[in-house]
Amino acid sequence: MSAGVGVDLENLWIRFGDFVAVRDANVNINGGDFFSFLGPSGCGKTTILRAVSGFLEPSEGKVLIGGKDMRGIGPNKRPTALIFQNLALFPLMKVWENITFSLEISGASAKERRKRADELLDMIALPDQGDKLPSELSGGQRQRVAIARALCAEPDVLLLDEPLSALDLKLRQHMRTELREIQKRVGITFIYITHDQGEALTMSDNIAVMRAGVIDQIADGKTIYNDPNTAFAASFVGENNVFRGKIKQIMGNEALISTNRSGELVARISTANQGKLAVGDDAMMFIRPEAFAIAADGVSGDHFVTARVNHEEFEGNVFNIFTEGDGGKEIKVSLPNLGQSFDDHTGQNITLEYETRNAVLVPAGELAAE
Amino acid sequence: MNNSFLRVSIWVYLVIFFLYLLGPLVIMSVTAFNSSAFPRMTPWECLTFQWFGELFQDQRILNGIKNSLIIGAGTVILSVAMGLAGALMLTQIWPKLRATYYTIIIAPILIPGVVLGISTLVFWDRINRMLGLGADSFLSNGIFLTVIGQSTFIASYCMLVLVARLQRYDVALTEAALDLGATHAQAFRKILLPFMRPAIASAAVLAFLASFENYNTTTFTFGEYPTLTIELAQKVRYGITPAISALAFIIVALTVFFALLNEAKLKRQELVAAARKSATVEELAGKIKLPSFFAGNMAAVLLVVFAVATITVVGTATAYNPGQCIANVKEQKRVEAEQRIQELRKQREEQRKKREAEEVEQGGAQQSTPKPSNNSGFGNVFAPNTLGGDAEEESSDTETPPSNNGGFGGVFDPNSLQTDQ
Repeated sequence: MSAGVGVDLENLWIRFGDFVAVRDANVNINGGDFFSFLGPSGCGKTTILRAVSGFLEPSEGKVLIGGKDMRGIGPNKRPTALIFQNLALFPLMKVWENITFSLEISGASAKERRKRADELLDMIALPDQGDKLPSELSGGQRQRVAIARALCAEPDVLLLDEPLSALDLKLRQHMRTELREIQKRVGITFIYITHDQGEALTMSDNIAVMRAGVIDQIADGKTIYNDPNTAFAASFVGENNVFRGKIKQIMGNEALISTNRSGELVARISTANQGKLAVGDDAMMFIRPEAFAIAADGVSGDHFVTARVNHEEFEGNVFNIFTEGDGGKEIKVSLPNLGQSFDDHTGQNITLEYETRNAVLVPAGELAAE
Repeated sequence: MNNSFLRVSIWVYLVIFFLYLLGPLVIMSVTAFNSSAFPRMTPWECLTFQWFGELFQDQRILNGIKNSLIIGAGTVILSVAMGLAGALMLTQIWPKLRATYYTIIIAPILIPGVVLGISTLVFWDRINRMLGLGADSFLSNGIFLTVIGQSTFIASYCMLVLVARLQRYDVALTEAALDLGATHAQAFRKILLPFMRPAIASAAVLAFLASFENYNTTTFTFGEYPTLTIELAQKVRYGITPAISALAFIIVALTVFFALLNEAKLKRQELVAAARKSATVEELAGKIKLPSFFAGNMAAVLLVVFAVATITVVGTATAYNPGQCIANVKEQKRVEAEQRIQELRKQREEQRKKREAEEVEQGGAQQSTPKPSNNSGFGNVFAPNTLGGDAEEESSDTETPPSNNGGFGGVFDPNSLQTDQ
């Protein structure tokens, strides 16, 4: 398998009039990687994709594909293929004509095209569907046809713009694994745009978390989940409980925060922010719902939080407890369902316990909207 | 009670409405088959197809049709091309300018055709002169001017049709084609044009019909190439024959034919699409077994009926000879005319006799009454008695009218003058 062709964005700025859609993006995507841009809608991730595919010229900075500057090269000359959000299958062409459109452009004979279409249809597990119109296929089938059409052009980089957003949950989960498999098989670079952190985490080698045109963090999924750089990354990826406060004391990689509502708590400073925080800074501490455990009553300390249970719900794999801490602070706790019996705590006060390595401290910043 | 009244009134309304719409067409079509020399339905004389024959022997009409077809084809090509360009521009243009652009491009529809005709003529004449070309140059050619003149506003109609379809076009399709390596020209030809095809066909039909029926713009620009409408208008000035009804009938028949053909095709496509989804066409159509093309397709059945009717009519027309009937009618007319002449003669004879009798009576009475009765509007002014001695001079002028039907009544009757002598 070839190493694939890498994509680099260097100091990329994209402006629409006064509006800055992308602000100074610097990304190195390794060849053969599955790379995701993750962010809420309107954060500029699709804009980046259009700049890579050539539909947009960057206002400043460079897009490099395989080390080659792409400025002035149109979308039809770039070694990229884009899978559109709405798929953009040609409605008047049959499936096989759709798939081999790129071959038609390069002047291949109908026989050749048909043969290649059949190969690709086999690959996407839609044999004998070539003579249908796209409108006669189901959503998931159309999805796969769009992938086959893009792959038929033999691009070095495949760009996917939220291609799964129109599918229902089951199909979406199925297509995640399928996409990942196809990517491993063809070995080319995939750049994937999504607002669904589940998709990004399950499929990607690396993820860039974007907020309002700015890339907050680029790392693999585990790092982004466990060691976020910013308050936004921490709150956007997965569920998180936030504790606001001021840093009271710094002890190496750990810090003691006097929180606004929950007393003094200890937390680990996130890797990217180590050495950058000082005593007295505003900071945010994030603890995942599943990182809490119920402690014995009456204990207290710098890794215990007391709260009153508001209500509880059983979700199947987890048992969620929604509590209200001192001063109305809401804390969500998820206990894994391991067959133990869950007592009803509603209305009671409970003490929650966490391990310091699971409490991440980042500078105070903007949170993701709920 | 109330409901049934409503239903009846709806039916009455529909009947009146369709009478209003189709009545004139039906009457005109019927007159094409009457042998009467003036297009009329009553009195019905003979069923004849002679007007069709006459139509096809009329060189001016045929030439007009030929010119109309040439100009129609030119207008279709120019208008659809301009309309498509205009429609594409509308989707590409900077949004703030869109409303202004739309108004400008729609304006020709609102401008009277006469104005467009004159301005086309003036404008191209100017250009022709600026280029120093003569009166026989291409730029002053009637066909060229008419195509250009008609297209100025027909292109706007085309644009309206095309814009409606273009608004449903997903620009991502063009982008997808570009992304897959197509040039802009290829994306246009392979993706956008096929998508626009139904609208282009509609626009072309619309453009052709608008061009074919246009009079007020063409009337200024046709030069040496009069179109059918121009020829018809000129003919009407000198009185019309049922040959024009025959032409109207042909046009109506063609329109109906193509409308049915189109309808049948659409319906068929619909059925096929439905069939691909679930059952076969036969199942959908119901119990009556018909050849697959007709199944559940009323329009197709009508189409065939219509075609058969046409063939029958044409067949009868070639075999049918109305000569005998026309001869009969002629004979009848001749007899009628003769009768009327006879009657007229009789009447005159009677009148003459009556007058003679009166004169005789008058002659007898004149001895006793010197003043003759005078029914003239001039009263007794010219009465011989009033004029007295002048009467003799008058008599030489008025010798000519021998009968007593002049406006002057009996004043100049030689008899009445004689009485004085």
